[in-house]
Amino acid sequence: MTINSFYNTPGRHTGILSWILSTDHKRIGILYLTSMFSFFFVAVILGVLMRLELIAPGRTIMSATTYNAVFTVHGVIMIFLFIIPGIPAGLGNFIMPLQIGARDVAFPRINLMSWWFYISGALVILVSLFTGGGAPDTGWTFYVPYSIMTGTNVTLAVFGVFLLGISSTLTGINFVTTIHRLRAPGMKWFRMPLFVWSLYATGWVQILATPVLALTLLLLIAERLFGFGFFDPSKGGDPLMFEHLFWIYSHPAVYIMILPAMGAVTEIIPVFARRTIFGYKAIAFSSLAIAGAGYLVWGHHMFTSGMSDMARMVFSFLTFIVAIPSGIKVFNWVASLYKGSIELVSPLLFTITFIFLFSIGGLTGLINGALATNVFVHGTYFIVAHFHYTMFGGTAFAFFAALHFWFPKITGRMYRESLAIKAWIILFIGFNVLYFPMFILGLEGMPRRYYDYLPRFQPEQFISTVGSWILAAGLAIMFYNLISSIFRGEKAPGNPWGGSTLEWTTSSPPPHENFEDLPVVTGGPYRFGKKE
Amino acid sequence: MYTTFLDRSANVDNVMFFIVGISVFMLVLVTFLMIFFLVKYNRKKNPVAENIEGNLKLEIIWTVIPTILVLAMFYYGWIGFKIMRNPPRDAMPVKVTARMWSWSFAYENGQKSDELNVPLNRPVKLIIISEDVIHSLFIPAFRIKEDAVPGMETYLWFNPDKIGTYDLFCSEYCGVGHHSMISKVNVMSQGDFSRWYAKKEEAAAPKGRDALAIMKKNACLDCHTTDGTVEIGPSFKGIFGKKEKVITNGREREVVVDEEYLKRSLIEPDADVVKGFDAIMPSQKGALTDEEISVIIEYIKDLK
Repeated sequence: MTINSFYNTPGRHTGILSWILSTDHKRIGILYLTSMFSFFFVAVILGVLMRLELIAPGRTIMSATTYNAVFTVHGVIMIFLFIIPGIPAGLGNFIMPLQIGARDVAFPRINLMSWWFYISGALVILVSLFTGGGAPDTGWTFYVPYSIMTGTNVTLAVFGVFLLGISSTLTGINFVTTIHRLRAPGMKWFRMPLFVWSLYATGWVQILATPVLALTLLLLIAERLFGFGFFDPSKGGDPLMFEHLFWIYSHPAVYIMILPAMGAVTEIIPVFARRTIFGYKAIAFSSLAIAGAGYLVWGHHMFTSGMSDMARMVFSFLTFIVAIPSGIKVFNWVASLYKGSIELVSPLLFTITFIFLFSIGGLTGLINGALATNVFVHGTYFIVAHFHYTMFGGTAFAFFAALHFWFPKITGRMYRESLAIKAWIILFIGFNVLYFPMFILGLEGMPRRYYDYLPRFQPEQFISTVGSWILAAGLAIMFYNLISSIFRGEKAPGNPWGGSTLEWTTSSPPPHENFEDLPVVTGGPYRFGKKE
Repeated sequence: MYTTFLDRSANVDNVMFFIVGISVFMLVLVTFLMIFFLVKYNRKKNPVAENIEGNLKLEIIWTVIPTILVLAMFYYGWIGFKIMRNPPRDAMPVKVTARMWSWSFAYENGQKSDELNVPLNRPVKLIIISEDVIHSLFIPAFRIKEDAVPGMETYLWFNPDKIGTYDLFCSEYCGVGHHSMISKVNVMSQGDFSRWYAKKEEAAAPKGRDALAIMKKNACLDCHTTDGTVEIGPSFKGIFGKKEKVITNGREREVVVDEEYLKRSLIEPDADVVKGFDAIMPSQKGALTDEEISVIIEYIKDLK
């Protein structure tokens, strides 16, 4: 570790305070990464327990009440505490200012405050599990009127999610401002790395969509505490209004989850193919197009809700439109391998896997987007499989790719490549064994969120549970490799992969204010094999 | 064995095959190209890369072709859906009531059932309401689904074109008994259906004296056991004559479980909720006749 590394520059405080009171974007990034992976770990355990309950029909290890709380908490943690903050708040915080040649984000104190909102929201959710009526049992979607009637601690949990929303909005404002104002001299918009473009698009979604969630959750709290009747038909309210409001945020939110993942893999491919990205502008604009069109498709979560047929038709149409920019990205990634000089190491392996699994997730999304087929698969295991392919196979695999890719930059150490490959094989097998049978279950008519099921569904349920063990083993090996390498790994040079973006021009780990001298940018981000 | 897996309701399944076909082709293409490039342009074989910035013609091709394909998918999906939304005029109307956690079906002549009985080849229109939270009526064999929403009426229709028994599920999470909100669709021959349809009085009478049958029909036993184990609500066993702590209007008080209390618990379940349980039971007002209520109370009295 270089003497001037940010690890050796704690600032005004010492010990744990030098982390939780730090305004250094790199320290805050690491705070996010450690806290969100701790929550991820909890939610994985809940997921494994859920699968264990489903290994056979009837009661296996828990009651129906417990099962419903477990799948709700699994969803709430994975969505709001892991995958929404995920890549932007964790890796984005650490890497983005480095990539644009800045010393920090635009508002370092607000950045710290975002983390505090995040951790407060997480603690409130944690408290909600063990107080009042116990862990919420509504599913992460909190649909009314059930979420109003249930005696479980929905109010407090929803307030926790509200706090997380503030955190996310502040991060969005911070990143958008940073990207506008703090780019290094010479870094024009079309010289920015595409990861930065994806964070920029994500930032706007966070700013514009999250307040809708905040409002919805406050209405829900008012309804629960005071019986306002916003959503109660007997008081002139409407349960469908809740669904609309909820998805006006929660659909754009899936782009908050996936866009940064797409951005991360776009960084990885050129580095290991040793060539420029294919279609830079197409990829940048498709990020904006996804963010823009993504606002207008929330209704596709409601194709069987009783919404008007006209609305269903229009939302189905718009949903297919948003599929196009995602397709464009996939084609550009594949074309970026063409005539490259490819070194297939773990970050690229995870990236290729991301493209494969995300393609399955995206293509099955077409089945959900078409009205006739949606009516059939809506609310079944098909949907569960689809979003785990996009969110886990997509976002999380891209996250793993990015973690391996930027690990040397963040920690100043190398991980063990052979172990990373072993973990990848197990993860890939486990993932597909766990989630693929769910597509079949869905097409056979098995509804989701069922504690118990008819005996004819058992073969696929059993295979899926076995898959959960394999996947968990893969995760354990991967995290063992990464965590142990923080302490025992070989020292990493400033640019171990031969990357061409600015974060690789500084030392690993970077010094307190990132660069000795601020870099001056003279060309695009992906220049390989050219004489400078 | 579930024989109707993707072989019925040709309309939906054709859309499915169309989309799946294109999707599989795309997936194979992308995967093949990736693997091919990984092998062919491996650093050992190809030490120097060629920097290709892009190709406008290719970008246009892979924007336009997918656009045409997805618009075709949208169109077929919409056409298939339109059929689902337009029930034939002569369809047999059946009123479906969803509540936590059971279905009931009411027919034109007043006949009621907890399984959906329909005659072969006569289109059926289901008019769906909910008494409490959002549910969703899902019959996989006929590829149909629509939510049951409190405060509004929704509908579905299908043509029962093959004799048999098919699953009917609730597919919108509705609380702790969601997984047990399952019923059946019985597609009968015209003759069998007419015989069942006509015999409503006789069918209702013997049932009226069988407490267990009544409780099963009204899904009481999803939450209350008869053997003393506590699930979602208190067990019926030994409850009669017991002193229970209940919450009335937010205040705790003690009551003796007597006939009057049991009756009130059926009609106004939220009035006095036994401490430690959630106020989630739906009112049985209208669902049970006075005679049925007294049969149930007699049964609980004897359950020591």
